[in-house]
Amino acid sequence: MAHFIDRRLNGKNKSAVNRQRFLRRYKKQIKEAVSDAVNQRSIQDLEASENISIPQRDINEPFFHQGQGGDRQRVLPGNDQFTKGDKVERPPQGQGSGSGDGDASDSGEGQDEFQFNISKDEYLDILFDDLELPNLQETDVDQLIEYKTSRAGFTNDGVPSNINIVRSLQSSLARRIAMGASKRSRLRELTTRLEEARNDPHCPQQDIVALEQEVEELKKMLAAIPFIDTFDLKFNNFVKTPVPSTQAVMFCLMDVSGSMDQATKDMAKRFFLLLYLFLTRSYEKIEVVFIRHHTQAKEVDEHEFFYSQETGGTIVSSALQLTKEIIEERYPPSQWNIYAAQASDGDNWADDSPKCRQLLDKHLLPAVRHYSYIEITSRAHQTLWHEYAELSQQYANFAIRHVKHAEEILPTFRDLFAKKVA
Amino acid sequence: MSANKPLPDGPDWTFDLLEDYHQAIAEVAKLYRLDTYPNQIEVITAEQMMDAYSSVGMPIGYNHWSYGKKFIQTEQTYKRGQMGLAYEIVINSSPCIAYLMEENTLPMQALVMAHACYGHNSFFKNNYLFKTWTDASSIIDYLVFAKNYISECEARYGVDEVEEILDSCHALMNYGVDRYKRPTPISMEEEKSRQQARTEYLQSQINELWRTIPTKQKDETLKSVKFPASPEENILYFIEKNAPLLETWQREIIRIVRKISQYFYPQKQTQVMNEGWATFWHYTIMNHLYDHGQITEKVLLEVLHSHTSVVMQPEYNSPYYSGINPYALGFAMMRDIRRICEHPTPEDCRWFPDIAGKDWLETLHFAMHNFKDESFIAQYLSPQVIRDFKLFTLHDDDKKPYLEIDAIHDEQGYQDIRSALSAQYNLSNIEPNIQVYNVALRGDRSLTLRYVPHQGIPLADSLDEVLKHLHRLWGFEVVLEQVNPSGKVEILGRCPPAP
Repeated sequence: MAHFIDRRLNGKNKSAVNRQRFLRRYKKQIKEAVSDAVNQRSIQDLEASENISIPQRDINEPFFHQGQGGDRQRVLPGNDQFTKGDKVERPPQGQGSGSGDGDASDSGEGQDEFQFNISKDEYLDILFDDLELPNLQETDVDQLIEYKTSRAGFTNDGVPSNINIVRSLQSSLARRIAMGASKRSRLRELTTRLEEARNDPHCPQQDIVALEQEVEELKKMLAAIPFIDTFDLKFNNFVKTPVPSTQAVMFCLMDVSGSMDQATKDMAKRFFLLLYLFLTRSYEKIEVVFIRHHTQAKEVDEHEFFYSQETGGTIVSSALQLTKEIIEERYPPSQWNIYAAQASDGDNWADDSPKCRQLLDKHLLPAVRHYSYIEITSRAHQTLWHEYAELSQQYANFAIRHVKHAEEILPTFRDLFAKKVA
Repeated sequence: MSANKPLPDGPDWTFDLLEDYHQAIAEVAKLYRLDTYPNQIEVITAEQMMDAYSSVGMPIGYNHWSYGKKFIQTEQTYKRGQMGLAYEIVINSSPCIAYLMEENTLPMQALVMAHACYGHNSFFKNNYLFKTWTDASSIIDYLVFAKNYISECEARYGVDEVEEILDSCHALMNYGVDRYKRPTPISMEEEKSRQQARTEYLQSQINELWRTIPTKQKDETLKSVKFPASPEENILYFIEKNAPLLETWQREIIRIVRKISQYFYPQKQTQVMNEGWATFWHYTIMNHLYDHGQITEKVLLEVLHSHTSVVMQPEYNSPYYSGINPYALGFAMMRDIRRICEHPTPEDCRWFPDIAGKDWLETLHFAMHNFKDESFIAQYLSPQVIRDFKLFTLHDDDKKPYLEIDAIHDEQGYQDIRSALSAQYNLSNIEPNIQVYNVALRGDRSLTLRYVPHQGIPLADSLDEVLKHLHRLWGFEVVLEQVNPSGKVEILGRCPPAP
């Protein structure tokens, strides 16, 4: 006889392992598709889920089967015009034929790509696969002064707002039971004796009165046991534990002088966004500070940072100076993980570059976890690059890269944060 | 006419209602002598249905990326709305597991129960191919064994290693089947102990191979001896037993794939019959219930609505045409057999003297028990069905510049169409005939396979890829030859490629 089983509550992701196997196997292709997608995507939806397509031929599972040609006979339904002996022109390849030979191997005509959707998490996983934040291990625990409050059992004293009602009433109940136990059993005994005495016509009256008195007394005593006592009270206990800081601040520094056109800015923006997405994977809370500069630096909001056009010369140190001030004012390195990324086309007043170097050397680099500089230009390097290049030899947390085209942004990024083999 | 009130007509179902419907269906099925395995009916969600889909009908499958690919494909087409999910999946096991999808309405669930739990189920239990080749009671156990064994191998030898072997086995899965030798079903315990024994035996063989004391060679005559003595069609079996370099666990994995392939082999050969039988019975059972006042018109109409879309056969020139619909053909033929028995025409008496006018239920059961698609069509495809489907044959010879219509649904054509359609379901016409021909035992240990084309149909280009897989399993050179009708032998491919 039949047996009904409700399987709906069973996990639905029975194929999850197989799906992961598939993604794992085609990691290379998927990675390529993701890199392409990053370059083509509009900047707003850089972190949405992604449609991946990989060439069908790569994922085909080969098996022996019959090819085209030979001498075949097919049976088809729905004859509407033919009689025996009719001759029909051979339809062009791949049309109308191919069915009826049993195997659906040549299905999916016109779809050369195997398309599927990966979730946002999978997308980011692939995008940032093999990358790591440098210098995380150097974090000193004693520097971190962030605390997390967590429950730690119960105590006997505390503030009224922390009273734990259930616990308190539990101990009140226990105390009442314990304190009244002997009296109650005595009471039960006396009540039965009183009952017997009353039913017994030979029992003297004064015995009954005495018994009644005793019962009354016991009842009073029982009623006098307090419902709640101070030592019943139990309070929730909380302790503070130090936790590693999970907040980060990211400084975006960009040159907006006349020499930076919109295309260059877009490339810079991609880089900043990638860095931001990457940081979100490690930190719960991230603040972003946008600093743009020409001859003067200014802290601005995101829109102004990317879209307003300025002209004029370039003094990079102004931005570094401002960064330093903001760090001192709002983001003490003991509480914040500081990251900075600077994008520029490399223009700078020649005598400003040594000043930049000094600022970085003295103030910024010791404070930040990582500082990356990308130079987006197809011209020769200028003084700023050379100064930075020397500096990057000394500091492990300072990296500079040169980018010419938009397609190079992701590889450059990957290169900057590639896992270093210890 | 039953005086009982008809069963409630939904649309929402409850487990109690399912029980009631099942009860009613089971009674009717008994009336028609449908002999089944016990039923296990599982209610699942759409996602779980997709899971079941992608594991190609195995309720418990080992992990492999190709199932992930199938899952993603199913999910994509389903999401795009290109495909509705099947209403049911049924597994040839005992108890027979049938999945009902949560979203279906009550009438649909009733239809599925009649179709799967009594149609397919009785087919699995009684058709001769299934009886001979599969053992329904042990398949679940075997799949559990296979899954555990493979994940154990993954833990021991690494996921990549196992994946490579599985890839290669899958490429040759169609050649892991004994077509003539009949297997004896074995239980899980036996399987386990046998596997143990095999491991030990193979270990001793390896020791033999590494023996350092030279033995005198006295087999000069052996040089000319062919190995295998006669060509072997079960390529995976041959490799499992004879590949020189494989490790024990790799042989065991080949064996698992081979066994699973064998398990599905009858299903490949009985598509039309199996679906036709199940469709015929859901149609007959539901109508019977309606005739006896057990279900309402509303239920019957909904059942008929999906029934008609299932048995639709688009014409050859329709954009929806994708081959002959096995449901349509099977259902039409089953009904036609009943018609021939009950209301034979003079034509039927001429074509089917042995069944015209006989007891239809008896005849139908006999047909289900003793045939597969190829022989079923050859035996029972009637002129009536040929006319209804307006079948015609198209002759496509690549030596001629045109296609020719050989036969249409007329008096001269019936016989030709019948044999042509029958041949179309003959697996040996569809799957290339490739067999292990020789191993150079005394030479470089190269393996030679031979392809004998059927009516000059060449092998598809994928052969180079498959040869790579074969080479991975065999470990030495692999050569594929083609034997032309003239008897001339040419080399189609080799791996590693000739320098």
